[in-house]
Amino acid sequence: MFKVTWRNLVARKIRLALSGFAIVLGVAFVAGSFIFTDALGGAFDGIVSGTTADVEILPEGAGQVDTFGTDARTIPASLVAELSQLTEAEMVVGTDQVQGVFVISKEGKLIGGNGPPGLAFNYNEMTAITGERILTLADGELPTTRTEVALDIDTAEKADYDIGDEVTLVTPGDPPTMKAELTGLVRFGSEGGLAGATLTIFDAQVIKDLFFGGKDVYTHVSLTAAEEVSQIQLRDAAQEVVPEGLDVVTGDEFAADQQDAIGEILGFINTFLLVFAAVALVVGTFLIINTFSILVAQRSRELALLRAMGASKKQVNRAVLSEALVVSLVGSTVGLGLGYLLAIGLKALFGVIGLDLGAADMPIQLRTILVSYAVGVIVTLIAAYLPARRASRISPVQAMRDDVALPEASLRWRFIIGAVMVAGGVALMGGGFAGSGGRGLLLIGIGMLAILIGVALMAPVLGRPIIHALGWAYRRLFGTVGNLATMNTLRNPRRTAATSSALMIGLTLVALMSILGQSAKVSTDKAIEESLTAELIVSNATGQFFSTAYGDQIRELDGVASVTTFRQATAKLGESQAYLQAVDPRSLGAALQLPVDSGSLRRFDAQSVLVSSTRAESSSLEVGDSVKLTFPAGPKAFTVAGVYPVGGAIAGDFLLSLEGLERAGIKPEDSLLFISKEPDASEAAVRSQIEDVLVDNPTVTLKNQKEFAEEQRGLINTVLYIIYALLGLAIIIAILGITNTLALSVIERTREVGLLRAVGVSRRQLRTMVRLESIAISVLGAVLGVVMGIAFGIAMQRAIADQGIDVLSIPWLLLGSFVVLAGLVGVLAAVLPARRAARLNVLEAITTE
Amino acid sequence: MFRSAAKPIPSKPIPSKPIPSGSYTATAPGGGVAARVFEVLKVYGEGDASVAALDGVSIDFAADAFTAVMGPSGSGKSTLMHCMAALDTVSSGQVFIGGVELAGLGDKQLTKLRRDKIGFVFQAYNLVPTLTAQENIELPLSIAGRKVDRQWFDTVIDTVGLRDRLGHRPNQLSGGQQQRVACARALVARPEVVFADEPTGNLDSAASAEVLAFLRSSVDDHRQTVIMVTHDPVAASYTDRVVFLADGKVVDELRNPTADDVLEEMKVLSARSVAGTAAGH
Ligand SMILES: Nc1ncnc2c1ncn2[C@@H]1O[C@H](COP(=O)(O)OP(=O)(O)O)[C@@H](O)[C@H]1O
Ligand SMILES: [Mg+2]
Repeated sequence: MFKVTWRNLVARKIRLALSGFAIVLGVAFVAGSFIFTDALGGAFDGIVSGTTADVEILPEGAGQVDTFGTDARTIPASLVAELSQLTEAEMVVGTDQVQGVFVISKEGKLIGGNGPPGLAFNYNEMTAITGERILTLADGELPTTRTEVALDIDTAEKADYDIGDEVTLVTPGDPPTMKAELTGLVRFGSEGGLAGATLTIFDAQVIKDLFFGGKDVYTHVSLTAAEEVSQIQLRDAAQEVVPEGLDVVTGDEFAADQQDAIGEILGFINTFLLVFAAVALVVGTFLIINTFSILVAQRSRELALLRAMGASKKQVNRAVLSEALVVSLVGSTVGLGLGYLLAIGLKALFGVIGLDLGAADMPIQLRTILVSYAVGVIVTLIAAYLPARRASRISPVQAMRDDVALPEASLRWRFIIGAVMVAGGVALMGGGFAGSGGRGLLLIGIGMLAILIGVALMAPVLGRPIIHALGWAYRRLFGTVGNLATMNTLRNPRRTAATSSALMIGLTLVALMSILGQSAKVSTDKAIEESLTAELIVSNATGQFFSTAYGDQIRELDGVASVTTFRQATAKLGESQAYLQAVDPRSLGAALQLPVDSGSLRRFDAQSVLVSSTRAESSSLEVGDSVKLTFPAGPKAFTVAGVYPVGGAIAGDFLLSLEGLERAGIKPEDSLLFISKEPDASEAAVRSQIEDVLVDNPTVTLKNQKEFAEEQRGLINTVLYIIYALLGLAIIIAILGITNTLALSVIERTREVGLLRAVGVSRRQLRTMVRLESIAISVLGAVLGVVMGIAFGIAMQRAIADQGIDVLSIPWLLLGSFVVLAGLVGVLAAVLPARRAARLNVLEAITTE
Repeated sequence: MFRSAAKPIPSKPIPSKPIPSGSYTATAPGGGVAARVFEVLKVYGEGDASVAALDGVSIDFAADAFTAVMGPSGSGKSTLMHCMAALDTVSSGQVFIGGVELAGLGDKQLTKLRRDKIGFVFQAYNLVPTLTAQENIELPLSIAGRKVDRQWFDTVIDTVGLRDRLGHRPNQLSGGQQQRVACARALVARPEVVFADEPTGNLDSAASAEVLAFLRSSVDDHRQTVIMVTHDPVAASYTDRVVFLADGKVVDELRNPTADDVLEEMKVLSARSVAGTAAGH
């Protein structure tokens, strides 16, 4: 029996190669996700261990990386002198590290900045736990004055700066931008590069003057151990000297903590990517089932012959499954390779949004290999099981017949099972919306999947009217060729439906995202229009914080009535993250009208917070309650002064006062400025003054309400485009699936194609016929997908209406263009099969068995 | 004796004078010539493995006549049909259909020729399974964008007796009915020549008789030209003329044959071939 399997594999290599495609792409997505996140993790791990010394001393709790908002606490410099006395320490170095220092390129563009940090510190000669110097001077000299800096080599190259050039920097301090001469280039120790982070080196005294008010303090102190001294011994020795309120951590421990925390964040990215991999695999499963069904159908005569010769049902079943196994192994191997390429593609994609991995390693870990093969093999075997079982049910007598038909489950049963799945899916989604958090999402996801599979099962029936409508148009436009194409689409409704379903799934998600995106945009527009009273807004498109100096300077300008500052941070509330916004309660009213559900804005002060309605509900908070938020510097209690509805201008869980946030130990750095002008001042005049203040900084920009709304739309678009790009893969698989089905159908109908050619159908007409069939399949998928997407979109929008997306907006034009695009996709998918059909030798085609 | 390489290319209209040749040349009886093959050589494969399926065949097929091509299996009958029906190309020699020489025509022109000038009936699988009988019959016309001549269509349908089956799909028709639909399709475009390669090969005698009667009447009543390959002496007896092939050569012919004549001739030929084979050793 194995011999038969092997012969079949060799004899049908083209068909199997086609069926293997689906596996290849699905596995590639899984492998690519893992390789990419491993590369990401590796790069960050490299940065962490490359910058960590044997022992690190820092303010208590400041090692946390999963919060943002800059910790304002520092360490007195006198500690360095004390620690230097230790015989266990070979070197003791104090570092002043500042985040938010960005380099502006010669062309006035921000380098990095869309996520990876802009780091600045004083030069040091420390050795990291990797055994390498954290920094080495690669070229030129170290900066010594206030108007001199050094940059890391990569950043200087990207910004096109050479030694001696004048460098423009954006800083979180005062002045918010500065110019300095580039005196030298430093090389960062770790191999993987800086993951897009930029490095600016200041003189040790200059950095204190610029960012720490000239105080002799450090953000952290690093120690290297003397010969024969372990990290632990050094830590214990240092512990003796270090006062309360500071953490003393071994380098290994510090690096591990940081890497864990980063790993957790990267885990989200991995999960995010794997969701799309799962989508690709579900789509791929459809294709594998379809391909094997077609292959089995085409071979039913041969299988019947095997049965007639005495092969048992089990053996036939196993023969088909072993074919699937071999295909899956080959497919997984190729998929793994393609996954590597895909990871490079993801690297480029994430590079576009600023997460630049440079020359980072792309490791293929054993885990990646195992998962890839497991996914490839299991999915294929599951997918091939149904066709295999069907194959084994062929009765031996059928070998004698002319046209062997496989036993097919009736469409009615399929429809009923599909309907049950849809009902179950709706129930699951309902449960998901009622629940919350990860479990809720999971339920929604499974519910959607069940509905999609249910609809796919019903598609042969649901799709009929669509095909008939298309067929009517085809006959009108293309006459007999159109008729032939329509009849071909209808001759095997299961096959057509399964092929369309793959596209349907991809398009459902694309349509869903486009509806959510559009609703989010319209909701944001509405929130801005309804609640924003300030005329002008200063914001940073990259989401980075900016210097408070801007707000201070703008406040002094003529014609400016008020400037309302917003800041952001995160804190922990119990185990969960809480997103904080902060504003000066007195100037809040000048910027926007914030409605309150309960409580009052009048009670909002430095000791209190406002809480969003969703957070109030999920954390059971009411007006008057005390809420304890934990910052890097420690916990801080606030009174709940009011509850505001989500969906207005304020995003996030809590609104604090600026004073409250500063008292919690967060360094003042602004995220938004809302500016109201004097009623009689000219907007143009105020604008030009403010623009003068913001000069030299390409990312912090001035907008009016309309432009601000556009910027918000831009942010939503960026997210949408990334999701579209990732869903694109599922769609590519679906397109290949159409190609695959058509190619197999053309092979199957070789004799018929020959007959058509013999009676005078031209090559061109034949190509048109295949193309029209392809368009019918893809348009069917697109129509079903868009309809499903609209249904899901409406349901999702309703479900999250209380989280800020309170307006439903359906982008009809876009959805319509998806259907048109699907038609084009159909044309594309048909290229190869159509060519193959047209090129068939008429005589050979007629005489094939 | 072989002719020199210089080709005496007959131009349109095809001269009715028999073309002299080294081998036996079958000549059409009087009237016009609907199709002609001249010194056709068709070689499959290369070098030692090459087979001359047609080895210098020259035949004129009279217009408005029913001609049968017979011969043992492998004698080149199908190859001849394919070469004449513009489904295959010859290695050398010439093929004319209604005054048009096939050599040098591109795929587009060949397709058009098949569509407009040639009708074809195969042994089996003649119909597109997704189309109804009527759609199958009208296929060559509709893909050409030509109007169906209703009167002619009705005549054809009534002759084949398919009026009540027009809406059926091939899998709802018996083998004989399917072949009759195929014949109707071949005739409905009023082609120059209808080629039929063992059209009754898969049919029982009753169904065969129906198909053959139909082909006969299309020649007699509607002045069609039909060329049919067959193994069956009874089928051959429906024709005006039988051309015998053996080993890719024309070896004999009969006119206005009866089934017994054909059977007799077949016996003679097979005895000759056995003797020839024996002598060869
Ligand atoms: N495609 C082909 N390739 C190689 N040889 C072929 C091919 N088609 C036919 N032949 C050979 O040509 C000869 C004539 O075949 P054919 O015309 O089919 O005979 P018939 O129809 O009289 O039985 C046979 O010897 C056959 O093996
Ligand atoms: Mg034959």
